[in-house]
Amino acid sequence: MNDLQVTDPTVQTRALKISARQVDVFYGDTHAIRKVDVDIADKTVTAFIGPSGCGKSTFLRCLNRMNDTIDTARVAGKIRLDGEDIYDPRVDPVQLRARVGIVFQKPNPFPKSIYDNVAYGPRIHGLARDKAALGGIVEKSLRRAALWDEVKDRLGAPGTSLSGGQQQRLCIARAVATSPEVLLMDEPCSALDPIATAQVEELIDELRRRYSVVIVTHSMQQAARVSQNTAVFHLGELVEFGETGQIFTNPNDPRTENYITGRIG
Amino acid sequence: MTDATAARPTPSLLAQDNRTRHRNRAEVRFRAFGMAAMGTGVLALAVLLASVVSNGLGAFRQTFITFPVVLSQERLDPDGHRDPAAMARVTTFGYAPLIGRAFADHVAALGIETGLGPRAMAAMLSEEAPGQLRTAVLANPQLVGETITLDVLASGRIDGYFKGRVTLESAERDRNVSPEQLRLAETLAQAGVLTTRFNQNFITAPDASGQRPEAAGLGVAILGSFYMMLVVLVLTLPIGVAASIYLEEFAPKNRFTDLIEVNISNLAAVPSIVFGILGLAIFINFAGLPQSAPIVGGLVLTLMTLPTIIIATRASLRAVPPSIRSAALGLGASRMQSVFHHVLPLAAPGILTGTIIGLAQALGETAPLLLVGMVAFVREYPAPLPAGLFDPASALPVQVYNWTQRSDPAFVERASGAIIVLLVVLIFMNALAVLLRRRFERRW
Repeated sequence: MNDLQVTDPTVQTRALKISARQVDVFYGDTHAIRKVDVDIADKTVTAFIGPSGCGKSTFLRCLNRMNDTIDTARVAGKIRLDGEDIYDPRVDPVQLRARVGIVFQKPNPFPKSIYDNVAYGPRIHGLARDKAALGGIVEKSLRRAALWDEVKDRLGAPGTSLSGGQQQRLCIARAVATSPEVLLMDEPCSALDPIATAQVEELIDELRRRYSVVIVTHSMQQAARVSQNTAVFHLGELVEFGETGQIFTNPNDPRTENYITGRIG
Repeated sequence: MTDATAARPTPSLLAQDNRTRHRNRAEVRFRAFGMAAMGTGVLALAVLLASVVSNGLGAFRQTFITFPVVLSQERLDPDGHRDPAAMARVTTFGYAPLIGRAFADHVAALGIETGLGPRAMAAMLSEEAPGQLRTAVLANPQLVGETITLDVLASGRIDGYFKGRVTLESAERDRNVSPEQLRLAETLAQAGVLTTRFNQNFITAPDASGQRPEAAGLGVAILGSFYMMLVVLVLTLPIGVAASIYLEEFAPKNRFTDLIEVNISNLAAVPSIVFGILGLAIFINFAGLPQSAPIVGGLVLTLMTLPTIIIATRASLRAVPPSIRSAALGLGASRMQSVFHHVLPLAAPGILTGTIIGLAQALGETAPLLLVGMVAFVREYPAPLPAGLFDPASALPVQVYNWTQRSDPAFVERASGAIIVLLVVLIFMNALAVLLRRRFERRW
């Protein structure tokens, strides 16, 4: 189960990408996240696990300010990306999101062609000089998302015509196409069958070479399989954060042990 | 399981128990109510359409009398210079005897014994005929001195006789027509001089006065309605869509926007005549725009249509799944990009449908137009766009209202005919709405 950690001993020496300190999130009067400290390393997969409603998705959405779109949400504390506070008033969330991409729980391709789905990000950010360059980005992104071989003959087909697993990989390709530095994934496999899940997990391991990946998951096996670091949430609090191997084999907090062994959640 | 439930005998599935029977009866009852309600609606619609069509179809056919006329020079162009200015001095009173005599001569030449005086003979022709002939002659002065074959409208009563509206009995009591005239008309019909055929003037000609129902047409009303619809479309679509997008996607949710929202819903329910009073006060009395002009009618209808379009547009924006917005925002699109690249195209079919329904509603609206002078009697066509927006014009529903007010029963037929035209335009617009929705609807 912990082979990955064994083969990758350099995890702790990776550069720090995102550091969150004393983060509180409120939805109106609800205190959803309490004083969370998490460090996300570069070129690593960090998993957030915990029972439903524990706030892991909420916290994930703070990392690229997607919570801004919810009127009642309020975030306190410091979240730094490469040392810069992303909640600084001078920060434009649009610019931030170009660097911190997100893949949602439910596949949500645009009702446009596969090509246009992937090309949309590069287009609005002006990443391609001409049509050929754009085509190159689209192909590279679809290859990275392990979707190229399945769709290369029908790039003009609507993205919504793909199967669920393909749609999710299309969404990943779309997120990858803007060359983000961090990729946030909110339960990316919850709507997928085991085969598609395996493909996406393989993909996540592949993406780790270039990006820092943060994944929220309900499946402890998945966290164990794909991540190097794991954060355990419970009722809006960070219970434990550390190397995945240690969390699963030798947890410090009794609540982590209870959750992993299935007694809570 | 307790003993009490275990002790109960297992009921047979082959027999309905009381509860199931009760539920099934309720369902059957409900279906019967539904079918009765639908049947009532369909019946009402069928009666309405049948009555309108049976009354109105006649308006599209008209009785014409054909005979040769000598356009004598001494009458129409005494100077003989063919100078239009000089010829224009001869009014329709100069043409009327010419036509009356030509008609009497033609009847005599056919060997028909009438027993009618020249006056009574001339009364069988539409009073519109001299005017039409004069217009034709002034447009082409070379006609003077020629003998032309004239195709004039029969008077409303003669026309009514062939449509079953006037009978020999009713003619006894009618000052405007005598049984002898009707008998002559019958003879002329057999001789082929008098024919009933499709009348395109009903669509293209302007309105005519109360004494000449046979000449009244919808031309000015159709043009006026068309101009107003252009004004409404050009104003409501951008204003309505912009307001809806702002309210739905950008505006903060607070007391002020709540107030605006409530007021938009209220405005949609305000009686339309109130908008007419508003238009009269603002556009005519304050801004000084001309009365009876399509621009004012269009502005008033714009005010009336805006709430409808805003409500429809907001509903279709709200129907776009939030996941699409999240997807765009997550890729680093700005809010405006997410709206214009993704949300708006998805909402477009709904917006189009809402707009066309709003336009259709505006097209059929009468009350506010009465207050801004669209009820005026207008014989002149408005000028081409854009100047025509400021010329007096009528509107289709107002023309219907106008015609139902007139005493001559021939106008009942005209009004129903106008309703048919209005309904055809509305059906066409609604079909367009359905078509556009089918064409652009995308699934997600």
